[in-house]
Amino acid sequence: MTKHFFGDTAVLTGRSLRHITRSLDTIITTTIMPIAFMLLFVYVFGGAINSGAHSYVNYLLPGILLITIASGISYTAFRLFLDMKSGIFERFQSMPIARSSVLWAHVLTSLVANLISLVVVVLVALLMGFRSGAGVPEWLAVAGILILFTLALTWIAVIPGLSAKSVDGASAFSYPLIFLPFISSAFVPTNTMPGPVRAFAEHQPVTSIVNAIRDLFTQRPVGTDIWTALAWCVGILIVAYCFAMVIYRRRIA
Amino acid sequence: MTTQPVHAIHVQGLEKSYKKLEVLRGVDFDVARGSIFALLGANGAGKTTVVNILSTLLKADAGTASVNGFDVATQGADVRESISLTGQFAAVDEILSGRENLVLVTRLRHLKDPGTIADDLLDRFSLTDAAARRVSTYSGGMRRRLDIAMSLIGNPPVIFLDEPTSGLDPQGRIEVWHAVRELAERGTTVLLTTQYLDEAEQLADRIAILHGGRIIVSGTLAELKQLLPPAKVEYVEKQPTLEDVFLAIVGHDGKDGDSGKDRSVGTTSKEQR
Repeated sequence: MTKHFFGDTAVLTGRSLRHITRSLDTIITTTIMPIAFMLLFVYVFGGAINSGAHSYVNYLLPGILLITIASGISYTAFRLFLDMKSGIFERFQSMPIARSSVLWAHVLTSLVANLISLVVVVLVALLMGFRSGAGVPEWLAVAGILILFTLALTWIAVIPGLSAKSVDGASAFSYPLIFLPFISSAFVPTNTMPGPVRAFAEHQPVTSIVNAIRDLFTQRPVGTDIWTALAWCVGILIVAYCFAMVIYRRRIA
Repeated sequence: MTTQPVHAIHVQGLEKSYKKLEVLRGVDFDVARGSIFALLGANGAGKTTVVNILSTLLKADAGTASVNGFDVATQGADVRESISLTGQFAAVDEILSGRENLVLVTRLRHLKDPGTIADDLLDRFSLTDAAARRVSTYSGGMRRRLDIAMSLIGNPPVIFLDEPTSGLDPQGRIEVWHAVRELAERGTTVLLTTQYLDEAEQLADRIAILHGGRIIVSGTLAELKQLLPPAKVEYVEKQPTLEDVFLAIVGHDGKDGDSGKDRSVGTTSKEQR
């Protein structure tokens, strides 16, 4: 069974990636919203926001990258939902393949698609004046955190992808995830927020992840934020993975 | 395998409930090797549930079932090695081309030379011209043909066809029937479910009727006919059915010229008393 796991996963990932290259619009729509937010906040609100940073686009980018991932994974749920609905998921499950490779192919595809979107967003940010003196190790650390965050959110996306009853249900779950960065340190420093909002903002996952990435970009010591960020990512990843596997086992005997 | 089991499919006492709804309440049947077996029943009778249990997508609550000599509950991987499932809705990848779909399945079955296998099947199912087109542009009949072609890759000894002709136009149906007959001629065991009586009559060596969660009758067509009182002689004015007219005007696509004709007898009969 598992002897074919890597081969089967590669074949099925190739299939989903082909879906993406044939509907590039999914990548474009994934990146349009975060880019629009970035334009809006830098050129409309930015002048009035006192972030304490030298350049607002530098301050903003980490949060925008998380929004990019949050909007990207709704397509993961969507693609998985379509496979469930069209019956091709069952076809694969009735074939002599490593069964779990069907899910892993979707997860890997999500990772690739989100990385492409992230690159596009970073390029736009560079055009808008984003600059960082970060070296290769810092960029690798940023990439590592973003990959971990993508995997965590992807496994969350697998849950509605497997269990949704309609297309809307499969993708609507991502809206709260997209708005989570707004109540965090992503757009403005949390110390201007009223007590309860501030308490929430400072203790939700996005703030620690944003702070860690921001510190890496500005080459400041990352402090404890990076460990909190990693703990959140790994924690969400494990919980979401377990939930997803329970639902998967329920769908497939 | 040294000893081939007599039956390609053996089902005994199969039970399955969804919450309080008892779908299967003790289903028994056997399917001989190389035969076409039709499971007949109304919508919701549990035909798909039987097929899903046999193809290891669902677990039965009680009873045993084996396919190609392997137990579906304990030897799932071996069962999946022996079968192919063509589900109720043509499970093809719409975004890929017909050829890419076939290559995909060939790779997943870990066979060598996927290109040649794909091209052979495209030819056999008259899809060569459409091979490079995306499946989303295919007609219902073409999709079904591709679906069945995908099921044949690797020559599994047992094939499940769940309502293979639902939603097809008359030509599409004839095309699918032709493909199913060809399969049986090559020695493949076919279990097909259908709600169309004429389909079972046309194709199946044995027919079982699933009703109320049980197989209420099973046998050859001749045996089933004996269950009814002997036929009385009636004057029947044979008129062409609309389907006959349609097919005569539009022309058959199926290579099998006579398929789909005989079954119209009786459907427009006028009784004289």
